[in-house]
Amino acid sequence: MNIKYLEVNEVRSSNRNKKMTTPVSENEIITLENVSKAYSTGAPALNGVTLHINRGEFVFIVGDSGSGKSTLIKLLLRELTPTEGNIRVMGYDLNKLRHRKIPKFRRNLGIVFQDFRLLKDRNVYENVAFAQRIIETPTKEMKKNVPSILATVGLAGKYKAKPKQLSGGEQQRVALARALVNKPSILLADEPTGNLDPKNSWEIMKLLEEINEAGTTVLVVTHNREIVNAMQKRVVTMKKGVIVSDEEKGGYIDDED
Amino acid sequence: MKIRTFGYTLKQGFSNIFRNKWFSLASIATISACLFLFGIFYAIVANFQNIVKTAEEGVSVTVYFDEGISDERIAEIGEMIEKRVEVSKVVYVSAEEAWEGFKTEYLGEYADGFTENPLANSMNYQIYLNDVSMQSALVTYLESVEGIRQINKSEVTATMLTGINALIGYISIGIIAILLAVSIFLISNTVTIGISVRKEEINIMKYIGATDFFVRSPFVIEGIIIGLIGAVIPLGAIYLLYHQVIEFVVGRYAMLSQLLNFLPIETIFKVLTPVSVIVGVGIGFLGSITTVRKHLHV
Repeated sequence: MNIKYLEVNEVRSSNRNKKMTTPVSENEIITLENVSKAYSTGAPALNGVTLHINRGEFVFIVGDSGSGKSTLIKLLLRELTPTEGNIRVMGYDLNKLRHRKIPKFRRNLGIVFQDFRLLKDRNVYENVAFAQRIIETPTKEMKKNVPSILATVGLAGKYKAKPKQLSGGEQQRVALARALVNKPSILLADEPTGNLDPKNSWEIMKLLEEINEAGTTVLVVTHNREIVNAMQKRVVTMKKGVIVSDEEKGGYIDDED
Repeated sequence: MKIRTFGYTLKQGFSNIFRNKWFSLASIATISACLFLFGIFYAIVANFQNIVKTAEEGVSVTVYFDEGISDERIAEIGEMIEKRVEVSKVVYVSAEEAWEGFKTEYLGEYADGFTENPLANSMNYQIYLNDVSMQSALVTYLESVEGIRQINKSEVTATMLTGINALIGYISIGIIAILLAVSIFLISNTVTIGISVRKEEINIMKYIGATDFFVRSPFVIEGIIIGLIGAVIPLGAIYLLYHQVIEFVVGRYAMLSQLLNFLPIETIFKVLTPVSVIVGVGIGFLGSITTVRKHLHV
């Protein structure tokens, strides 16, 4: 595998909108300062979360259901806005980001879901090309980029297949290819191995690691204890809307409740 | 929007129609039905108005002059009347012509007993109008003209024809408004269903960074295409049916053909084609854009 787009990422992530209350380091790509998010019903989903992630890091976000992981991802995608606190991603101040600027912001993010979310009526090539169409990539370039990224995820021979003709692992690879084809600065993976068997889970995690080694910042939300413990990456553990631990080369902390 | 993106959006608009083919067919069928009714209605109204207009053209106001009036004054009055906006045509009828006409129409062979023209003082102008509703305005003016002794007019005919015209206008507006509302409602339903069917795809688009315009455009294109197809089908059907219906009416009721003057299909289509296409595309556009704005908060 050969993923080389570190330079592109660096150029893209030049800070665009530098207004924020607390100064942040040039190397920081994600900054959350005292972020809380309360829904109209129930306890706050996030409560005073502060998190700093540097360019090129690989971070696991772990925690049980209801710990606030999904809310965190939604905030990073600017699907939600915080009730309190500030969020800055790739230089964008998400609290002040206007609705019409959201698409441009999201084009620098790659996102992978547990349920793959592929377009069922389109083949592998079209699913990946879809992401390029959205950013209006010239057709000539698209015809180079899509096969190249499909080769990267090991699906070069299956570009004509429809999602239902693929295994879960292969579908997740297509989702990964789609997330990566626009060369994002950050890859958010929400339970990427949740629907996969152990073998496919490991293959996907290896791919994520290689993507990270090529320069992309990778955030993986997961329940998979084995993988977290084996990969020895930074682990942020959440519980009831707060960060309870943040360790370099950490492991999965068992819930003592 | 770049050309390739426009091409892609257009393709997606067509694809949407095939993806929701039953709902699309239902919308096309309903718009077609509405525009077919509209077309039929328009053809009937246009023909009816043509008949009314022909009848109006036959309605005239006759003015008679004071005794001993000079020929110069009569000519002067004629010029003044011709200049009026209400007037389409002015015909001078001399006393001799008036007597000849009277003889032919009412007296026949009994006219031989008259040695002199009993209508010696009945030279007149027959004034034909552009619009019968303007008759009273013209009569008011004529009453003020010096040298005019008497004005004959058909108040009942003028009022009736004006009334019919107004009634046709009101009915047309009412029916067209109902048809438009029904069509917009139906196209809105089709687009709503299309959006709910493609909710997941729309979500994926949003996550990848598609703009509102990119997400919404295929639905608007879909609405426009449905509207366009819905307009073309009834135009074709009316084109094929029009001659046959007229031939049937004329053949079945021979009396009518002498009374009624049917318009050629080309005259009907000169107005019906652009109006149907604009209305079809318009309701497709309006129906889809309002629905997309309402249901697609991207």
